[in-house]
Amino acid sequence: MPRSSAPRRIALILLPWLVLVALWYGLRYSGLVNPALVPAPHEVATRFVALMGDRLPMDILMSTQRVFIGVALGTLVAVPVGFCLGWYRGVRTFIDPVINFFRALPPIALIPLVIVYFGIGEVAKTVILFYASFFAGVIVMYEGIAQISPIYVRVARTLGATDLEIFARVIVPLTVPHILTAVRVALGVAWATLVASELIAAQQGLGALIQNASAFFQLDIIYVGIICIGFIALAMDLLLRAATRRLVAWQDRLA
Amino acid sequence: MSTEPRIRFDDVVVEFPTAQGPMRVLDGVSLDIRQGEFVSIIGPSGCGKTTLMNLLAGFVQPSRGQVLLDGRPVAGPGPDRGVIFQEYGVFPWLTVRQNIAFGLRLGANRTPKAGHAAIIERYMRLMGLADFAEHHPKHLSGGMRQRLALARAYAVRPQFLLMDEPFGALDAQTRSAMQDLLLEVLQAEDKTVLLITHSVDEAIYLSSRIVVVTARPARIRTVIDVPFGYPRGESVHEDPRFAQLRAQIRELVMQEYAAQSRQQVRLSD
Repeated sequence: MPRSSAPRRIALILLPWLVLVALWYGLRYSGLVNPALVPAPHEVATRFVALMGDRLPMDILMSTQRVFIGVALGTLVAVPVGFCLGWYRGVRTFIDPVINFFRALPPIALIPLVIVYFGIGEVAKTVILFYASFFAGVIVMYEGIAQISPIYVRVARTLGATDLEIFARVIVPLTVPHILTAVRVALGVAWATLVASELIAAQQGLGALIQNASAFFQLDIIYVGIICIGFIALAMDLLLRAATRRLVAWQDRLA
Repeated sequence: MSTEPRIRFDDVVVEFPTAQGPMRVLDGVSLDIRQGEFVSIIGPSGCGKTTLMNLLAGFVQPSRGQVLLDGRPVAGPGPDRGVIFQEYGVFPWLTVRQNIAFGLRLGANRTPKAGHAAIIERYMRLMGLADFAEHHPKHLSGGMRQRLALARAYAVRPQFLLMDEPFGALDAQTRSAMQDLLLEVLQAEDKTVLLITHSVDEAIYLSSRIVVVTARPARIRTVIDVPFGYPRGESVHEDPRFAQLRAQIRELVMQEYAAQSRQQVRLSD
């Protein structure tokens, strides 16, 4: 594909968004839907500006912070656990069904239990997000590690490497790309779970914003909340992809 | 020159456990290899040739018998034996220069740090990789990756070179260029070489001795001395003895392939 010029690229990036907004306007004024149920894009934008001077910055901060802590704790545990499962085939045979059992449980289904055990404070939300990130991350991690070709370890041994040298100079570099993928997947799942975790009587956060707005049928606020979640998740993913490109430029396939 | 063998396989038996009981891969192999020899092992695929190399590399222990290096049993892998694998095994996360430096920077390496840069430069030049020093392997062709694997093995100055079908994955042109390069670098540095191959031409072109092994379990069928000296060039291909030798070894290998397919028929009954 020919390399396109910068203005052309920007136009191509903006185009799908403009199409989405156009479709939204089209639907709003088509007469097919009740205008009271679908706020127009400019109404949502106005509401966004108004909320930015009010509670929205705090909501964004709280939600981002919860996701960040949940993902950080989740991957912190998922990386060593996933590594061990991927590296020691024997362990995997027994643990794999257990991991898949827990991964298959939607985090939302656990909310009633979490409330019973952890109450309705920050801890409860962190637990939910931790749960979601851990199981998403651990699977990515161990599947990646299990695919590492044993040839690199063998080569290192023939060159005289000790176990410690093999770990530091062969296994760690081969693990980095899988850690980054695990974080990316965990982030995606954590954002998806965020609203659910903020349903637990949260005062602040994008999920709480949406929840409160729905109680008062403020559809434009619900739209603002949803669009914020989408854009923040997108921004985080872009950042992580940029980091991946820098850290693992040696890989054949770039993220 | 001392006539003591550097490598000795002494009645080596290797059995691997399988669900149907132990499977014998090597059955009483005895072979001596002296300093500076280039010995090729040739035989049907899947017969256990690679196990011979793995024994010497230290990845496999004999079930019976001994594998001796300068009179001492092989205990495990070590930098005195450079191993070249068919799948190259170049480290994708390191540049060409870092790949060659890998072995030099390990604790097991005794060469003084000040000399590392010169060693790396020397092998990059020798293997034609100097222009790609800062590239990652993903930018290299198959032939270049194999040259890099060779440079990396050479950098730690192994006394032995063990190669398992090193050029098997390369196209014919690259393969022949790699064979010439190998002869050239061996001319520059005296090494004792064990090559596993299934190419009769490659074995004759490179070796001083050729060992034909049987279908599984592998035994030594015949050992053939190659009548050409070193340095050696393309012209040996035109030597009438080359054609004779090729016909003779082909015949032996074909017989073993036939024996192997008879085995498989028996197994499937």
